[in-house]
Amino acid sequence: MLNASLKQLSAMLAASKISSVELTGEFLKRSRALNPAYNAFITLDEETSLAQAQAADTLIASGRGQSLTGIPIAQKDIFCTKGWLTSCGSKMLSNFISPYDAHVIGRFNAAGAVNIGKTNMDEFAMGSSNETSFYGPVKNPWDTAAVPGGSSGGSACAVAARMAPAATGTDTGGSIRQPAALCGISGLKPTYGLVSRYGMIAFASSLDQAGPMAKSAEDLALMLNVMAGFDARDSTSLEREPEDYARDLEKPLEGLRIGLPREYFVKEIDEDVARAVEAAIGQYRKLGAKTVEVSLPNTKLSVPVYYVLAPAEASSNLSRFDGVRYGYRAPDYLDINDMYRKTRAQGFGAEVKRRILIGTYVLSHGYYDAYYIQAQKLRRLMAQDFAEAFKQCDIIMGPTSPTVAFNLGERSSDPVQMYLSDAYTIAVNLAGLPAMSIPVGFGHKNRPVGLHIIGNYFSEAQMLNVAHQYQLASDWHTRMPKE
Amino acid sequence: MSLSLDDVKRVANLARIEISEDEARQTLIQLSGIFGLIEQMQAVETSAITPMSHAQDVMQRLRADAVTEIDQRELFQSVAPQVEAGLYLVPKVIE
Repeated sequence: MLNASLKQLSAMLAASKISSVELTGEFLKRSRALNPAYNAFITLDEETSLAQAQAADTLIASGRGQSLTGIPIAQKDIFCTKGWLTSCGSKMLSNFISPYDAHVIGRFNAAGAVNIGKTNMDEFAMGSSNETSFYGPVKNPWDTAAVPGGSSGGSACAVAARMAPAATGTDTGGSIRQPAALCGISGLKPTYGLVSRYGMIAFASSLDQAGPMAKSAEDLALMLNVMAGFDARDSTSLEREPEDYARDLEKPLEGLRIGLPREYFVKEIDEDVARAVEAAIGQYRKLGAKTVEVSLPNTKLSVPVYYVLAPAEASSNLSRFDGVRYGYRAPDYLDINDMYRKTRAQGFGAEVKRRILIGTYVLSHGYYDAYYIQAQKLRRLMAQDFAEAFKQCDIIMGPTSPTVAFNLGERSSDPVQMYLSDAYTIAVNLAGLPAMSIPVGFGHKNRPVGLHIIGNYFSEAQMLNVAHQYQLASDWHTRMPKE
Repeated sequence: MSLSLDDVKRVANLARIEISEDEARQTLIQLSGIFGLIEQMQAVETSAITPMSHAQDVMQRLRADAVTEIDQRELFQSVAPQVEAGLYLVPKVIE
């Protein structure tokens, strides 16, 4: 049951082979047992989860069950969830019981899914290792000396360790794909605007996008069917006809053109990662795909551009945390300015403060054109690079991360080193494209390697098809870490 | 361009984050490293390029000028640090 797909679990529930209360109970038991070692969840609430499971059983019994009804899903703690602690991994929100549901949570509730708990994450989604969480780091279930990646590290760990059948994540610069790669699971960041950001605590609004994390591409498709859709409460939500993202899963890959950017296959990639990625591409050739070399000449600018735009937007978004309407307030202060300054100094961790300071600086008087506007211009160049590349290919592939999971503490004292580990994933957010990571083997110390699959705008169904066909021909996605 | 200790203190004040002398010195070292990375941007000639604010070229949606929110003041204030008689309490701002 731990390795069952969402489709299999749904069939078991429909056939009354198991109830949602039993299924949820099993995963809760496992999560309780493993969480002290992995720290994947910030909140587990058996009573609420089991009440939801009970309601799902009633729905199923009355014949009104949908594809995810009764299935426990772990929710990243960035999504406001009514009645649940929604901390965003920060001391600032460590007392925040959300009075409302994010759009994504509302969609899962409407589908009859069960919330099995809120997952740990880097504070305000700022990090690539889950070490910036106020609730402590998450461990990689393949090797507890290693980080799970971030910022959706708790979700990645929960799925990899089979504490939950699937989870949600958010991705501003790689926060779904990099932890998916480092934990050996599948994760998808949709086209910007496909999933509503309403109630998803904002980091960098023009880059943030929610997406599913699961064992397989097939599971991701079922999750995305629930998550995607227009929402008037998000001004950047796109009005599009609903799609079935599972519709193309079974298509053969004969004639698929895979673009391999020469800038992605460089000496900075560790040999073990390069070997696994090349083997996966070899498998795609066997499945009938052709490879073409493409070029994304401005790739090296993605990290600098991102570290202007994301902190600039974050400094603005996080100005709402002032100790007045919700969240933490410093206990002692002299006047209102002192209250703001002490509240924010005590409530935010070091990485969040660092990014607020960068953002405040680049937006301050006299520097706006040199930094913010210049970064916006380079962002267009990067989007144009992708548009050119997609004239020659249907899909782009490369490594998700240049290395396998690094050790806890290895990069946490050097922000620049940490930032550079996201070089491949960041450009995708800047261009607003969809991309995913799927497991394609193991490298150094038996730590997982992820293949990065980048699609053109709105090509999620095709990307899932490409990933699913590989998973039919391989079994990396079924591998489970030892406990 | 190089960042000074005064820059760090000025920006921390703008961002309303209290910072000690020690923290400011530490922050200066780290921010200087990050700005060293960011400076690579300046080498690209971009005078003919239009800035891109969003990935999709969509217009801001308009909606009917109608009330869509219901009054949930009590619920929302239940998570506030300090409220009294339906008002958020803050230190005195006006003498």
